[in-house]
Amino acid sequence: MLSANFRLRCGGNLCYFAGEGIVLIGNMKNARSANVAAPVDAAPFENIVRLENVQKFFGAIQALRDVNLSIGRNEIVGLIGDNGAGKSTLIKVMTGVFKPTSGDVYIRDQKLDLDNFSVSMAHDLSIETVYQDKSLGEKQPLWRNFFVGRQITNRFGFIDIKREKEIANQILMDAIGFRGAGIGVDSTVSELSGGERQGIAIGRAMHFNADLIVLDEPTAALAVKEVRKVLDFVKRIKNSGRACVYIEHNLAHVHEVADRLVILERGAVVAEITPQDMTVAELTDYLISLQHEPGER
Amino acid sequence: MAKGSRIPITRRFEGLPIIIVFMCILAAFMYTAPGVFTQPFIYTTFLSTLPPLVLLAMGLTFILGAGEIDLSFPAVIGFSGFVFAVLFKEYDLGWWAVLAALGAGILVGFINGALVAFVGIPAFITTLGTQFFWYGMATVLSGGKSYALRGAEESAVWQVIVGRPLRVEGDFAWVSQVPLQSLWTIIIVVFLWFVLNRHRFGEHTLFLGDSNEVSRVLGVHVEWEKIKIFTMMGLLAAIAAIMLTLENKNYFGNQGQGYLLTAIASVLIGGTSIFGGRATIVGTVFGCLIIGMIEAGLVATGLTGAWVRTIQGLVFLIAIIFYLFVDEPQKRALFLSRFRLRSRFGGRTGR
Ligand SMILES: Nc1ncnc2c1ncn2[C@@H]1O[C@H](COP(=O)(O)OP(=O)(O)OP(=O)(O)O)[C@@H](O)[C@H]1O
Ligand SMILES: [Mg+2]
Repeated sequence: MLSANFRLRCGGNLCYFAGEGIVLIGNMKNARSANVAAPVDAAPFENIVRLENVQKFFGAIQALRDVNLSIGRNEIVGLIGDNGAGKSTLIKVMTGVFKPTSGDVYIRDQKLDLDNFSVSMAHDLSIETVYQDKSLGEKQPLWRNFFVGRQITNRFGFIDIKREKEIANQILMDAIGFRGAGIGVDSTVSELSGGERQGIAIGRAMHFNADLIVLDEPTAALAVKEVRKVLDFVKRIKNSGRACVYIEHNLAHVHEVADRLVILERGAVVAEITPQDMTVAELTDYLISLQHEPGER
Repeated sequence: MAKGSRIPITRRFEGLPIIIVFMCILAAFMYTAPGVFTQPFIYTTFLSTLPPLVLLAMGLTFILGAGEIDLSFPAVIGFSGFVFAVLFKEYDLGWWAVLAALGAGILVGFINGALVAFVGIPAFITTLGTQFFWYGMATVLSGGKSYALRGAEESAVWQVIVGRPLRVEGDFAWVSQVPLQSLWTIIIVVFLWFVLNRHRFGEHTLFLGDSNEVSRVLGVHVEWEKIKIFTMMGLLAAIAAIMLTLENKNYFGNQGQGYLLTAIASVLIGGTSIFGGRATIVGTVFGCLIIGMIEAGLVATGLTGAWVRTIQGLVFLIAIIFYLFVDEPQKRALFLSRFRLRSRFGGRTGR
């Protein structure tokens, strides 16, 4: 009964599981994304995401000021800035967590109806995020954490646990930051170390294989060797023709992988640079000089 | 791989500790009151009196699992029960009375959910308020009257919902006492077990209990799910109200008041976390059985009814402390460190 015709939403694709075989059908023809005018494949697009005059207030605090930013369809954009500059807020506007106070968001060059935009819609639009913190249910088993919000279910909404656990096990085996002892898909997040948690969140994003992957300080808790794997992952995103927004405090890391660096200060974009034109040392000096410029502060 | 080696026993076998406790209490009562507890009639009585408690506790399992609370369900028992009684008796509406009562429960639950989710009032305050409101409504509308549903057992509604369809003579005569509401309740419990453990809705409920923020970034529609959870609570309370009113063949205004503490206690005794994020249907069922059994058992043992709440309260507290220690290692550490006991219990020392 339960195994009849399970449906999996993976990123923008709809996969139908008929028995064991996987059939890929179309690209994001989903009820929830119906208000995005054209199917993804129909027209080639220039920017995966574009923000226009985005403002975001939290009460009296202005976290984003007039942000104009576009992310090309195959571009790795490094986002840097001080603590509290608004980096996390910016990406949360892109991924449907926060509604901007004003301004417009375009995805694949199509303007969004922001009243309907949500995280699950961003998932349907093939946007995947590794948040800086708080993106895992502490008391829940790992396999549920991989799929919550887009479970593999039958048409009545009952979860195909066996299938989810199989995939979760696969994700776990390839996951970054795992020593692999004693932790299985049934372990809860509360049993994991900080790095392992980050590994889970990154593994989840890798699995859903989206057109835009947003990484908010994904390496903060990771050991050196594991950081390398994350950077390789970002390079793979580039090579497979997809896009990435990469927030990172370590300049050497962003410098290595980013096509373009966007510098955010007090909620505003203050500079955009092409890192290939500079060495890491020059970049560091440039950022410091930026901070001393009068008027900008 | 050392699969599941780190998973506490309470999670590997759903409700295990509470089932053991249940067996012990049952054994104790069989010993102290053999005349009652080794006879079948006490159990058929349970089957007719426990369903409302079990249904309420089912709804509360979801509510508490989601990290919320509902104090208004006794008022739903009052209000929905009134809607049912008046339409059934005064207007002779039969099944329409049932539907109207269910609708009333759904309405109350939906309003609770909307106030909690969209207005953002904490559930404790919201449902304290709505509890007064709907209880007051029932009192005003009924003019404080109670309704005796004399002759209700002739009706199809009674026959279907709380009837005794089996006819057995001789040694197994007790089978004739098995009431239909126990069957409906079992069906609902099994269904809700699947919903909590296997359905998207149940998963979202538990993630909400874990953290609303996390649920939101993972793509759970936090507000809607909360509304659904509270609405389901209202519906279950309405079903309980109908069963209770029909079983007693009587409606009175404060018929729900006794359930407030017993229903919440049943859920928590069963092992659902007071902090949300973890819930167990099996545990809740046994929690209800224990609460119900204490009530019947103490009286049968010869203690006065006044002892019932005291003992229930004691069992409740012991259970809470037990779960805190077994299932919440961080909270346990915090608790012990407050008494500077951490090192003695094998945990890491302070610094
Ligand atoms: N949910 C919120 N409610 C209120 N204020 C918030 C909220 N989220 C962020 N802020 C405020 O918005 C500003 C930008 O925060 P944000 O998290 O975007 O910074 P960030 O650039 O990601 O910093 P970091 O490098 O430390 O992660 C801060 O002043 C912060 O206090
Ligand atoms: Mg941040």
